[in-house]
Amino acid sequence: MRAGQATTAVIGGGLHGLACALALVQRGQDVVLFERSWIGRRASSATAAGVRTLWRDPAEISLSLEALERWYRMDALVGDDCGFRAGGQIKVAESHAEMEALAARFAQMRELGFHHEELIDARELRRLAPMISEHCVGGLIARRDGAADPHRTIAAFRRAVEGHGAVIREGIAVMALEPAVGGWRVVTDAGSWTVRHVVNAAGAWGAQVCRMVGEVIQFGYKASMVFVTERVEQAFRPVFSTVGRSLSFKQSSQGTLVVGGGIQGGGDLEKGLTQVDFRALAKGAAAAQELFPAIRNVQIVRAWTGLEGKTPDLLPVIGPSARASGVFHIFGFSGHGFELVPLVGEIVADCITYGRSRYDIGSFDVARLLT
Amino acid sequence: MFRLLEDDWGRVESTVTIEIDGYPVIAQIGETVASTLLRVEASWSRTTPVSGARRAPYCMMGVCFDCLMLVEGEGLVRACQTSVRAGLKVQRQMGPRKVGPSC
Amino acid sequence: MLRPDLLIVGAGPAGMSAAIVAARAGLKVVVVDEQPTPGGQIWRGIEANAGTSRGRALGEQYCSGLATVRTFRECGAVYWPSTRVWQVESTLGTYVTGPGGTRVVAPRLVLIATGAQERPAPFRGWTLPGVMTVGAAQILLKNPGSVPSEPVWIAGCGPLALLYAHQLIRMGGVVAGFLDTRPSTPLRETLQLAGRAALRSSRELAKGASWYAELYCRAGRYVPDVVDLQALGTDQLEGVRYRTAAGRVEEIRTSLLLVHEGVLPELHTVRSLGCEIQWDAGQAAYRPVLNEWGECSHPDILIAGDAAGIGGAVAAVHRGRLSALRILQRLGKVAAEPEMTEENCRAALAHALVLRPFLDRVFRPREQVFAPDDDTIVCRCEELRARDLCAALSGSVGSNQLKAFTRAGMGPCQGRQCGLTVAALIAAAEGRHMSEVQPFRVRPPLKPLRLCDLAGLADESRSS
Ligand SMILES: Cc1cc2nc3c(=O)[nH]c(=O)nc-3n(C[C@H](O)[C@H](O)[C@H](O)COP(=O)(O)OP(=O)(O)OC[C@H]3O[C@@H](n4cnc5c(N)ncnc54)[C@H](O)[C@@H]3O)c2cc1C
Ligand code: FES
Repeated sequence: MRAGQATTAVIGGGLHGLACALALVQRGQDVVLFERSWIGRRASSATAAGVRTLWRDPAEISLSLEALERWYRMDALVGDDCGFRAGGQIKVAESHAEMEALAARFAQMRELGFHHEELIDARELRRLAPMISEHCVGGLIARRDGAADPHRTIAAFRRAVEGHGAVIREGIAVMALEPAVGGWRVVTDAGSWTVRHVVNAAGAWGAQVCRMVGEVIQFGYKASMVFVTERVEQAFRPVFSTVGRSLSFKQSSQGTLVVGGGIQGGGDLEKGLTQVDFRALAKGAAAAQELFPAIRNVQIVRAWTGLEGKTPDLLPVIGPSARASGVFHIFGFSGHGFELVPLVGEIVADCITYGRSRYDIGSFDVARLLT
Repeated sequence: MFRLLEDDWGRVESTVTIEIDGYPVIAQIGETVASTLLRVEASWSRTTPVSGARRAPYCMMGVCFDCLMLVEGEGLVRACQTSVRAGLKVQRQMGPRKVGPSC
Repeated sequence: MLRPDLLIVGAGPAGMSAAIVAARAGLKVVVVDEQPTPGGQIWRGIEANAGTSRGRALGEQYCSGLATVRTFRECGAVYWPSTRVWQVESTLGTYVTGPGGTRVVAPRLVLIATGAQERPAPFRGWTLPGVMTVGAAQILLKNPGSVPSEPVWIAGCGPLALLYAHQLIRMGGVVAGFLDTRPSTPLRETLQLAGRAALRSSRELAKGASWYAELYCRAGRYVPDVVDLQALGTDQLEGVRYRTAAGRVEEIRTSLLLVHEGVLPELHTVRSLGCEIQWDAGQAAYRPVLNEWGECSHPDILIAGDAAGIGGAVAAVHRGRLSALRILQRLGKVAAEPEMTEENCRAALAHALVLRPFLDRVFRPREQVFAPDDDTIVCRCEELRARDLCAALSGSVGSNQLKAFTRAGMGPCQGRQCGLTVAALIAAAEGRHMSEVQPFRVRPPLKPLRLCDLAGLADESRSS
């Protein structure tokens, strides 16, 4: 491949950009990927890395179930299991009223023909989580769900992408997209590239790339916080969330406890800066401690805030641009895109290579967000 | 590994007894758990959660975290930043700490 | 929420001196320190030791701290001992946890006077029980007053190693041997620098020389030009193998080795705020970028004492005062003491720093400190060896990426023991200068924090 030319440019070196680049090279395309900072710098490494089909918006469930199957085959896809451990995900009810909400959700899923979520009573909950507080009355579980190691996932995808011959350019920002003969000129702060297709996988900055091709969309961002503790002996297999408050709680394979759940910190998209707001994060700590009183003395060693794009309906943007032919979007996962990583890149790579995908991505059309 | 200077010996009014792994150890009022530990025969504080290797207090100023020990009611803390008090129960931490009601 | 005019982190010479000037001028000052008593590193335990034989043995400079500590106790500043600062927000919201629980303070200005830590100097076996730093042993000397139970081996380079040997000998301890890891400085350069320093600080210079002489006479053995160390043993140190510049390799038997390779500014707090730092080649350390008042790239944060760049205790006092004077100026106050003027402080500071270029040059750490061999553990917490880190160093990888790939710096010490070495390995692998490499980004909390201490804040915000 000559410098300055490729068939497809991917903007953004997060996991979705990497996964799409991988699917594209596997389909015989020349790919160059531009990352402003370094691979995985943003949401992909800040993520709490839950692999969750549980409690998703009905519009996303089919995709997420298909993606989950790929997590079980990750080794074949990228040569590493990415630390995926299937301990299940449980949404815990802390009162009978919350249990009723779970039952209603369960009924809705059955009606829609989905069977991956299952109601469990207090006994089963206690069997799966012996340390859970007395006041918890039951839960909704997706037993095949789990969590992975984000850094291993990034490393594995990166190796696979480069192993297949795609070019990764870190420290390069895309400044503009200009129409060119047969495609697009990608103007970066280190020269221009001419390509046939462009993939916008710019995460929280996805709307900025849309604007480069004249698409103005409704779009916000999340600055979600996570904290991690010292290593403790393995004691929590499933990932836990609650009905009534913002909490996600899991134990990593190293033994650290990872607590998140979308509690918002501070972020500045333009400068790319984030700040941890401990007063807000305290609610997450309090929730974790109320669920598992035994962890009250565990030491928190690190906390951070990650930036991710957010759409009004909290569904991602996947598929061709509404205004610019040859431009495709994969962004706006609104805080729950990690699980979808092994699938979405393929869908878009199919759209680019064959003009269509076998999955229904109608709900994720960018057109719904145009202003 | 260490001993008190002569002039501090036997001043009973300035000592308290703490427990390390169940054994009583005499400590000077105002000193830290780590400085007490360094006068007992096995003066290591923990085994690591990664390889199980033994570690002992290294920096005494709170920046290496090799003196992490389980202190009753406080969890796994830096022994060099923890002052002794009468009856304090301290345990060496073996590998990753357990979580449970007693911690 | 408490809203003082000034929050000072650290009650060492710098922090206390600043607090005295600021509080006496009428500012509302809060001083927070992790230690149970004021004094910082150098004057640790001074109130208990002053007037005892131990205090006298620790020396004149140590005892001189009592006056400052007494004045500090009475100056009107609110002092929170045994209290950790674990987060400073860029809006200066400061989170502390101590005996009174966890609270948030919202000061108008913050002075960081967190001092120094010893330079991590990895070598094979440095994680074994029985290997400790000289600073650690000196802390034990001050509180509770303990000395190595056997004649002790010391390996190192820097004034602190000499001072400790001197203090230990005065207290009746025995130095079995001293492995001098100081690289020999070209004689001419040494003499030039020494000559310049001697003109203005002959007493200090003579003191240092006498410590060397004492060590030479009183240590069982004195081995110059040691370039490499290896601690031997499996569960406990059993011996030390060392190599000299001439290539001689020898082994000694010992169960305790004290090591020291100089000190570094404590930059965790400063860096968590994104304040600019720079590589100081003379001190072989990163230091914050500051103006002559100790103001950094954050408009409302000042830095004084060794945290501003290694200068020693006397310099720390004057830097603390200068920063306090600047703070008074900014808040429209004047110092209560007529002699507390900028000119006086600057002159005193300049005098305190006369010997510094000489010390920096003569005690410049040997290059092996920055280039541990493959088998050496670099990250003590995650037990990562130089080999593991170098293997992950393909392409152009920064500290933060290396951390993500390997977990180096993710353990409880939060990169305090491996950060500089990791930066040095990256610089070496890429043929770059240290000034072009950034150390790990610092994530809060600055010190580990119990989950219940954070959870406690949720109750507080619910009730208020
Ligand atoms: C181990 C060691 C031993 C030394 N021994 C000597 C000696 O014997 N003689 C000599 O001349 N020089 C010695 N030095 C150098 C001397 O300590 C310094 O030059 C001088 O003390 C600098 O004063 P300072 O006020 O800047 O820092 P310090 O005296 O270190 O004071 C800083 C204070 O900040 C506190 N602190 C830091 N972070 C936090 C936080 N997040 N929350 C709350 N509190 C915090 C610390 O507990 C400490 O008390 C030594 C240095 C070290 C590291
Ligand atoms: S001995 Fe280093 S932190 Fe306690």
